Amino acid sequence: MAHRFGVGPRVALFATCINDVMFPGTPKAVVQVLERLGCTVEFPVEQTCCGQMLTNTGYFDAAVPNVRNYVKAFRGYDYIVGASGSCIGAVRHQHPMLAEHAGDPGLAEAVADVVARTYDFSELLVDVLEVTDVGAYFPHKVTYHPTCHSVRVTKVGDRPYRLLEKVKGLELMPLEAADQCCGFGGTFSVKNPDVSVAMGSDKARHVVDTGAEYLVTGDNACLMHIGGLLHRQNSAVRTIHLAEILASTEGGAA
Amino acid sequence: MTEQAQRRTPAPPPGTYLGMPTFQKNAKVQLADPQLRSNLRHATGTIRAKRAERVAEVPEWEQLRLAGEAIKNRTLRHLDTYLVQLEESLTKAGATVHWARDAAEANAIVVGLVQAKGVDEVVKVKSMATQEIELNEALEHAGIAAWETDLAELIVQLGHDRPSHILVPAIHRNRAEVREIFLREMKQYGTPAPEDITDSPAELAGAARRHLREKFLRAKVAVSGANFAIAETGTLVVVESEGNGRMCLTLPETLISVVGIEKVLPTVEDLEVFMRLLPRSSTGERMNPYTSVWTGVTPGDGPQEVHVVLVDNGRTNALADPQGRPALRCIRCSACLNICPVYERVGGHAYGSVYPGPIGAVLNPQLRGISSKIDQSLPYASSLCGACFDVCPVRIPIPDMLVHLRHEVAEHKRGHVGVQQTAMAVAGWVLSDHKHFELAERAAGLAARALPNTTHLGPLPWPASPWTRARDLPMPPAESFRTWWRKERGEAR
Ligand code: SF4
Repeated sequence: MAHRFGVGPRVALFATCINDVMFPGTPKAVVQVLERLGCTVEFPVEQTCCGQMLTNTGYFDAAVPNVRNYVKAFRGYDYIVGASGSCIGAVRHQHPMLAEHAGDPGLAEAVADVVARTYDFSELLVDVLEVTDVGAYFPHKVTYHPTCHSVRVTKVGDRPYRLLEKVKGLELMPLEAADQCCGFGGTFSVKNPDVSVAMGSDKARHVVDTGAEYLVTGDNACLMHIGGLLHRQNSAVRTIHLAEILASTEGGAA
Repeated sequence: MTEQAQRRTPAPPPGTYLGMPTFQKNAKVQLADPQLRSNLRHATGTIRAKRAERVAEVPEWEQLRLAGEAIKNRTLRHLDTYLVQLEESLTKAGATVHWARDAAEANAIVVGLVQAKGVDEVVKVKSMATQEIELNEALEHAGIAAWETDLAELIVQLGHDRPSHILVPAIHRNRAEVREIFLREMKQYGTPAPEDITDSPAELAGAARRHLREKFLRAKVAVSGANFAIAETGTLVVVESEGNGRMCLTLPETLISVVGIEKVLPTVEDLEVFMRLLPRSSTGERMNPYTSVWTGVTPGDGPQEVHVVLVDNGRTNALADPQGRPALRCIRCSACLNICPVYERVGGHAYGSVYPGPIGAVLNPQLRGISSKIDQSLPYASSLCGACFDVCPVRIPIPDMLVHLRHEVAEHKRGHVGVQQTAMAVAGWVLSDHKHFELAERAAGLAARALPNTTHLGPLPWPASPWTRARDLPMPPAESFRTWWRKERGEAR
């Protein structure tokens, strides 16, 4: 392995609000993998949320404090990492717009600075640490749904696939209509629940058809939606975040 | 006699677009129609695949998109100049130019022109602008029959229906339904369909051809739109697949074209870019079968009286809004509709406009404002997946525009106390500071500890019902990441 503990870069973890409360296993997995690769991980406690839910519902003024918070928490770090294509996308794509909306040039400048150091977990691994084999072991059939914001906003490209390919024991099952949205869409899922469920049901059907034991993505929010449908249908397919697969090792529990 | 009985053309469904309920309500109705969903899934799936194949053939596709975007941006920036130039060129070429501020003015101009010719019917080339201003009904009120000649528009008109797609307005109908409509309706408005007609595409097209033929040969006036209007030369362009438009553009003595002011392009050279972008994006063809190009009046050839009605109808509002202006780049290819996962499931009728799908969700609130229920709901009719931007040949940032329109709607409703306003106020407070956030986290942890054996929550009453009606909700774990970190790594960072 290229890095050993304490030898790699210092990385600030952006847990994201939904992972912090609902899916703490994901940020824990990020810590595990990064420390295994020799990084020093820090968790700035001032952090809360990217503000995407407020922004995307049209409440720009209410979202501005999130931008200030993010800047305050993460200024001064060379690397900031989050395990969510959607939240990282919101930081990169929406924080500059919100800073402009706030009419605060100082904030805009700080945002530009912090945004440039913000990475999705898959990007940090592949581009910064230059690893695809993180020493993971996950002996299961898995299918990957490339979430919309990870592909179209954060633009993680094929990085997640490259990481999954290197996981020992993992069998990747191709997913039909993988590029179609699962229908979560943040508040869309409750403002347009019928359309959201119609989209999600098609996604869930494609997932079940792969024969995979696990559905994996880089976004727990989408997993909560598709997983919620699968669970209601008593499906045996389980959902898991990419980081948690990468954290699994031959010695540790899967 | 009732108005119904006196009509010259099939009556559209009752009600108005602007009077429609919210997108959410309309979508629920459409989703419950399994025939519609299967028609749409099949149709959008086919056309999507064709587009992808044809676009993949062009290695410089992204450069073409950037060129299309740049040409449109430049034109819109100097729209005043180009419009005056267009008027001069058209006038020089023997056409008469009319300006219309809104739908009512445009309709009055067209009705007046038709009446002046002393005729009581017109044939129509497929046109979004005339659908937008609801010209057919304005003509009908004046006792003038407007016959749609595009096959799909004919199906919609004979079906007493509304269009549900920009390019394929009858996309929600399948062959069996079309056969029924033809059999039932054609005989009431002209040449009937053969009694023994089947639902084979060739037979259906044959019936339409015979039905339309007598109308083409009889008509003295045609009404069209235009895909492009060239300022430099006064040339109008209509891009189509069937050739029925060509019949209307060449046979009648008088031609009236209703054109949105954003359709102008500076020069003929600019057309090159769009003639490559449009067919591949829209029908998934390398080149469309019929492109009609005409410049005013050509003595002894084609219509000898040519009118062009330039329509604003809300476009200058969009132009004045820096966030809204990109919508005016739209060339109505409908690629964004075909790729849209929301449109694929609900169809066009849920959007309350002749412009459905992603472009409709941004264009209608721009053109009409956000005072109606339907226009307030349209910006939320998207999961913001971003597929529309990827396929748009003029790179309209539809997801960003939707977010900005949501902001406008939220501002418009400022002061209202509703569920959403309250939820967002609470969320704003919780997320604004980590101390607030930690309080909420503790509450979630307490809930989890209160139900130690529950991993998921099933159907719950309101306000959790929209989520839990079809989806289970995972229980938050008893310990948040933050708490774990503090325990493991101590208070400091
Ligand atoms: S918005 Fe773009 S993709 Fe949609 S119809 Fe207009 S030009 Fe085509």
